[in-house]
Amino acid sequence: MAVVTVERKPLTFWERTYLPNIAAGLATTFKRMVKPTETLEYPEQRPEIPAGYRGVPTLVYDPNGREKCVSCQLCEFVCPPKAIRITPGEIPNEDPNAHVEKRPQEFKIDMLRCIYCGMCQEVCPEEAIWLQQQYSMTGYTREEMVNDKKRLYELGGTLPDEHFKWDKKKAAEQAAAHGGHH
Amino acid sequence: MFDFYFELPLLLRLLLQGTAVSLVLLPRAPPCSMAERKISAWIQGRPGPNRTKPPIAGFLAPLGLVASIPVLGTALQKLGIYQLAADGGKFTFKEDPIPGHVNKFYFVLAPIASMIPALTTVAFVPFGAYFDAAGKLVPVALTNLDVGLLAVFALGSLGVYSLILAGWASNSKYPFLGGVRASAQLISYELSMTLSVLPVFLWVNAPGGQGTLSLFDVVQTQSQPGFWGGTWYAMTMPVSAFIFLVALFAETNRQPFDMPESEADLVGGFHTEYGAFKWSLFFVAEYAHMIVGSGIFCLLFLGGWNPLPWVSFADLAHWLHFADKPLLMGLIAIGLFLAKVGFFIFFFMWVRWTLPRFRYDQVMKLGWQKLLPLSIANLIAYALVIAWIETR
Repeated sequence: MAVVTVERKPLTFWERTYLPNIAAGLATTFKRMVKPTETLEYPEQRPEIPAGYRGVPTLVYDPNGREKCVSCQLCEFVCPPKAIRITPGEIPNEDPNAHVEKRPQEFKIDMLRCIYCGMCQEVCPEEAIWLQQQYSMTGYTREEMVNDKKRLYELGGTLPDEHFKWDKKKAAEQAAAHGGHH
Repeated sequence: MFDFYFELPLLLRLLLQGTAVSLVLLPRAPPCSMAERKISAWIQGRPGPNRTKPPIAGFLAPLGLVASIPVLGTALQKLGIYQLAADGGKFTFKEDPIPGHVNKFYFVLAPIASMIPALTTVAFVPFGAYFDAAGKLVPVALTNLDVGLLAVFALGSLGVYSLILAGWASNSKYPFLGGVRASAQLISYELSMTLSVLPVFLWVNAPGGQGTLSLFDVVQTQSQPGFWGGTWYAMTMPVSAFIFLVALFAETNRQPFDMPESEADLVGGFHTEYGAFKWSLFFVAEYAHMIVGSGIFCLLFLGGWNPLPWVSFADLAHWLHFADKPLLMGLIAIGLFLAKVGFFIFFFMWVRWTLPRFRYDQVMKLGWQKLLPLSIANLIAYALVIAWIETR
């Protein structure tokens, strides 16, 4: 590769005094000073959270109001810091969602352990656990920092569902029971 | 009212005047510090302190009532005014530890010693002027000494002793280095500073006239009729003004010359071991130096209380018909003067957030190899020009 020697231009007298550069610097800082500030005044102004943000993990309902979690415990096993504890529970037969068979009796995420990696969301076969937009978790005690099932659903709310997998399964089973082919 | 005042015994009158000036100068430090924080914040694109709000209950209730005035209270809060009260309270009431390894007497003496020159120099600075009963322009000043500037220089350079004393008494490495740097820097820049104002006084002291170093007379020579009589010395002697300004930054230990403090390499410099009220005394002294230094710059080079070049204050008073009201005239003159000083306080802060701090060898090189020869050359050039004008 050819070496190109760049001629270093000698500084002029004015450049050597630094004064033009100091004046330019003063102009820059003055312009900066009269511009509006770059900062957000946090508690009153909140940052805009982009889509796909990995905030606090939450549990969600499907649009029909069914808890999507089936307590398969994959998230509990995959969780690197072991922040998730699930107590699985049966769904009683008289429940409209009895065909789903299981749901968590208790679901706890210790936010002092959680590292917001999103692996629980990635591994969940039911799309039931989502890292949503809440970025600020505070509490006065260690106990307060453990989100239980109730709190997780409060934070999560309802998310749209594309599949309605269990409803389809139930419909197919019913169709089969009525003598349709399966 | 004036007669009553002038009939008071001289000593009492001087005491009252001195107290009045100190009461204006001393509380200037907190607003200056808030201005410093606000301006640094704005230059860095953030809002700065704007949260502090006094409660309506408790001993801060009067302040709290002001804060609850709808628009004004919020505006003051946004400007961080209440933060001043919080800062002042903190400096006054927090624990003031004296480290075990220091020389206690000198350690306590240093902040006190820093206040003395800072508050004394203001005695020689005229702030304004008014027409007395005889129609003669007289200065508003504590003393209008004939050796005004010399006295300011003499007392102002005493300020460095407190820095050296603080550095020495702290008995640890970084404060000591800060004190040594302060003394070396002061010696280096005092020379250029003094040499840079000599052309002004060469011009003021025309041959045949009475010799003077009075700052009031310097302003008077900038407010004469005619083109050359009305120009400010910053225009006729820009190099002098520039050298004086640079040396002023060095003398007041402001960035880019804040070698004695230089928190990047000396922790906190000379005041590393100080805290609470003693530290705030150093702080107040620094701002008092800045105010007095800017005042002297305005008097020497920017026409003091003259509103514009070629528009002298006396003319303004005649045009706007307040020449016969001495109190109003004095207040307007002080207002004009303080506006200029205020601009320079802003300029100090503006430069602070524009220029990075020099390295110590660069400070020395700039002082001895650049500014000193430049100021000598400037003096010789102006001496020749003035000699040519006077003998023409």
